[in-house]
Amino acid sequence: MPGHPLDRLSDAFISLIARVMTRVNPKWLERNRYKLEEWRLMLYALNRSPTGIAGLILAMGFVFIGIFGPYIAPHSYDFSYIAATGKYKLYWLAPPGTGGAILGTDDLGRDLLSQLLYGARISLVVVALVLPVGISIGVILGLLAGYYGGAVDEAIMRVTDIFLAFPGLILALALTSALTMRIAYAIANNPWLTSFVSAVFALKPSDALNIAPTLAIIVALWLVWWPGYARLVRGMTLQQKGNVFVMAAQALGMSSREIMFKHILPNILGPLLVFMTLDVGNVILVEAGLSFLMGGQIKIPEWGAIVQHGSQYLVNGAWWLLIFPGLAILLAVLGWNLFGDALRDILDPRTRRSIEFR
Amino acid sequence: MPALIQVENLKKYFPVGGKLLVKQWVKAVDGVSFEIYEGETLGLVGESGCGKSTTARLLLRLEEPTDGKVLFEGKNIYKLRGRELKEFRRKANIVFQDPYTSLDPRMTVFDIIMEPIRVHKIDVGDPEQYVLKLLYEVGLNESHMYRYPHEFSGGQRQRIAIARVLALRPKFIVLDEPTSALDVSVQAQILNLLKDLQKKYNLTYLFISHNLAVVRYMSHRIAVMYLGKIVEIGDAEEIFESPLHPYTRALISLIPVPDPFQARKRKKLMIQGEPPNPINPPPGCRFHPRCPFAKDRCKKEEPKLIEYSKGHYVACWLYS
Amino acid sequence: MPEPIVIVEDLKVYFYTYAGVVRAVDGVSFEIYEGETFCIVGETGCGKSVTSRALTKLIDPPGRIAGGKVLFKDRSGRYINMLELDEETLREMRGKEIAYIFQDPAAALDPLYTIGYHFIETMRDHGTIRSNKEGIERAIELLREVAMPAPEVRVKNYPHELSGGMKQRAVIGIGLSNMPRLLIADEPTSYLDVSVQAQILELLRQLKEKRGLTLLMITHDMGVVAEMCDRVAVLYAGHLAEIGPVDRIFMNPLHPYTQALLRAVPNPTRRMLKLEPIPGNVPNLASPPPGCRFHPRCPYAMDICKRERPKMIEVEERHRVACWLYAKR
Repeated sequence: MPGHPLDRLSDAFISLIARVMTRVNPKWLERNRYKLEEWRLMLYALNRSPTGIAGLILAMGFVFIGIFGPYIAPHSYDFSYIAATGKYKLYWLAPPGTGGAILGTDDLGRDLLSQLLYGARISLVVVALVLPVGISIGVILGLLAGYYGGAVDEAIMRVTDIFLAFPGLILALALTSALTMRIAYAIANNPWLTSFVSAVFALKPSDALNIAPTLAIIVALWLVWWPGYARLVRGMTLQQKGNVFVMAAQALGMSSREIMFKHILPNILGPLLVFMTLDVGNVILVEAGLSFLMGGQIKIPEWGAIVQHGSQYLVNGAWWLLIFPGLAILLAVLGWNLFGDALRDILDPRTRRSIEFR
Repeated sequence: MPALIQVENLKKYFPVGGKLLVKQWVKAVDGVSFEIYEGETLGLVGESGCGKSTTARLLLRLEEPTDGKVLFEGKNIYKLRGRELKEFRRKANIVFQDPYTSLDPRMTVFDIIMEPIRVHKIDVGDPEQYVLKLLYEVGLNESHMYRYPHEFSGGQRQRIAIARVLALRPKFIVLDEPTSALDVSVQAQILNLLKDLQKKYNLTYLFISHNLAVVRYMSHRIAVMYLGKIVEIGDAEEIFESPLHPYTRALISLIPVPDPFQARKRKKLMIQGEPPNPINPPPGCRFHPRCPFAKDRCKKEEPKLIEYSKGHYVACWLYS
Repeated sequence: MPEPIVIVEDLKVYFYTYAGVVRAVDGVSFEIYEGETFCIVGETGCGKSVTSRALTKLIDPPGRIAGGKVLFKDRSGRYINMLELDEETLREMRGKEIAYIFQDPAAALDPLYTIGYHFIETMRDHGTIRSNKEGIERAIELLREVAMPAPEVRVKNYPHELSGGMKQRAVIGIGLSNMPRLLIADEPTSYLDVSVQAQILELLRQLKEKRGLTLLMITHDMGVVAEMCDRVAVLYAGHLAEIGPVDRIFMNPLHPYTQALLRAVPNPTRRMLKLEPIPGNVPNLASPPPGCRFHPRCPYAMDICKRERPKMIEVEERHRVACWLYAKR
């Protein structure tokens, strides 16, 4: 096979996995040699997809900044040049490059770069809380509906239809405004919740209350996110159920639960993973959109809120307050989408075969 | 020879049409009776849609019948519950046509073969040794143990499927077109393997195929199905040397013969058209619209399966 | 002696996949004479379908035609190299000079359009008809020619209203609509039942006689070969093993693969106690065995078979084989 500069890196990565796993279990390599070989081929296929690589870099960049952003930020999210230096004229809506503010400042003289780096953490946490819960509910209901069919299917899918028939964004908006006060109340009354929330979102405990709208958005998204997965998983389950190996398992006397979790679920994980990857961008986008629509908490460095807040100062020529947060959202969403698209081609053996290796 | 399996007036109708439409029934299997003796291979032949695969699934209780019963070792399998049903699942199993979809692509060969053992909680000592023994038995070896199905050719996959079934030491195996997805050079390997295993373990086979040459090679007795009914059943050699039913005669005369000299000499009994829709089968003898010998009586009355010569039954008005 | 309508020289089709370069067709040469029925027989993955598609460059990525020539005799008697033509001309040739019939008739018909529309579409593309009315008339004529029952009704039907055999008849009719001279039938009956298969084979035979077509049949079934063909090419793992008149191939098979294949096929007219299978499996074409690709499964394999690929040798008249057993030493 013609070489690719990245192939050697892939080889090194694969042999690293092999070495680590062999240390854990000496027989691992013998039993998983073929799986390892397949992983290597998948990496090779990824190496030949420039958009996939770009997507992977952007997506991993998002995760990296989400985790370490608050530590590498030059300032805290609420640091204000005006308060620190007293130079109001210089730092009120300072354009990028002004005296240490690389991406400029907002109307309170806060460092935009630091705000965006802290904002990545919030987006990451939202994704990490919304997707697993939404997907788990969807997968379980979809599996049950698809596998058992009949009345179970009818019941589950009609509920799903009701949820899908509601415009998701409006439902989430309504839920968010209804929940915000309750959540703020809960945070205010539970000191441990305050410290937990502020630690997770990398905020000062005094700002914990202001994250309540974002938490409300998360809860609202749980409710609107699962129906899509339920429908998707039901379809994939029906497809897998038609496979002869499911009937073979029935002929062996396996129980339905075993068949669902040992034969059907593992076989839909691939496409599910692709869908999830593509969905990360959606969550980021919808969350930013919701916090934009909700008016935006001025004290929280949340991407959507920064755009909302900054849009008021476009008349003052402060384009950077729109462009840079917009760019952050765009790159994160684009990265996950590109990566998801490449993953789709790589995980499906049929499309992987049609990638030309030259 | 005692009958291991007795099928009595087995019927399976599938509903078609939605809730709003008038419900119609596809009579996939419409009253078939036969028995399978211990240690023999019964070949079941017929064209697509004749109900042979449905019959096979009914025999293993992978479908519930509309009517009729199947006695396995004297017990009606549709009445089995709990432990008895599990015991039946151990003794009777199936090898499917398509080795590309009958094995879970996410499992290694070891896991695939061990799965039935785990399900039935059978103590086999060292699992690796047990799987290895089975692999040798079907002509594979230890280097195949931890591979995934997609790394194997069709023939090898079918060997894995056979090993999975053998793991439970069954008595009865349904072979549902086990070689029709395979290449000819490999087909003969699998057929010979199945024959050897039958001799070694006194297995009873129901061999389903549309390829009559293969059925002749494999079977002791043959049953011919047409539109959900058995039209002829008898000793394999007799069916091929002196077929009775016009449908059987046509089928046998129409198989392409791998010999150009014979192909030129052979007389063909062409039949027109294609098998009709099993929703509304023709009245009388179901074959009459395509039959070159159809008489008035065939259009009105349905012929019964009668014993024409010893052990050779036919359902056709020509023989009554 | 008729002239060849197609001459294939050293055809190579490679697929550049993640698992390596798959040499699906690797240096295959043969010719098809005007008016004959030529069969390419072989097992899955031997390259028989790819070969037939390469004749009009119907190869999708990651596949590429890596070398060779396909000379086609046009109506004026000149030979043109198909592989050098541009896509425009090739499209014109497909259908008008060379028509294909594929294995699965259901996949060849668009479920959204009537049978008649399929005819009109192909004929309009090639300028065979001027109006839709003319197209329908021609379609009915053609359907009658392929022995479709009630052609006036069927022309208005949608594909799902037709049975498998009728669909294949319609596909054959569509294939004939622009009067091609070469008809390529890729396993035309393997989705059909025995009784329908016999009808379709009979139809192809009659059409060939009546229209003076040249027929290229791709099949894995030695029975179909024996019934239909004048000359046979046996492919194994992308290499041509043997080529010759059908009677000679069956009477006097030269290549050990052909010999083994004939012994492994059950004959329905004879009682057979034991089939002789060919040991081993078809090789993986991403890493094929060196030399003769059949040597790991060959009972007569010699040292040279493992090292060098055998050349084609004419052993008897028009009967050639690629095997070291027949090389003059």
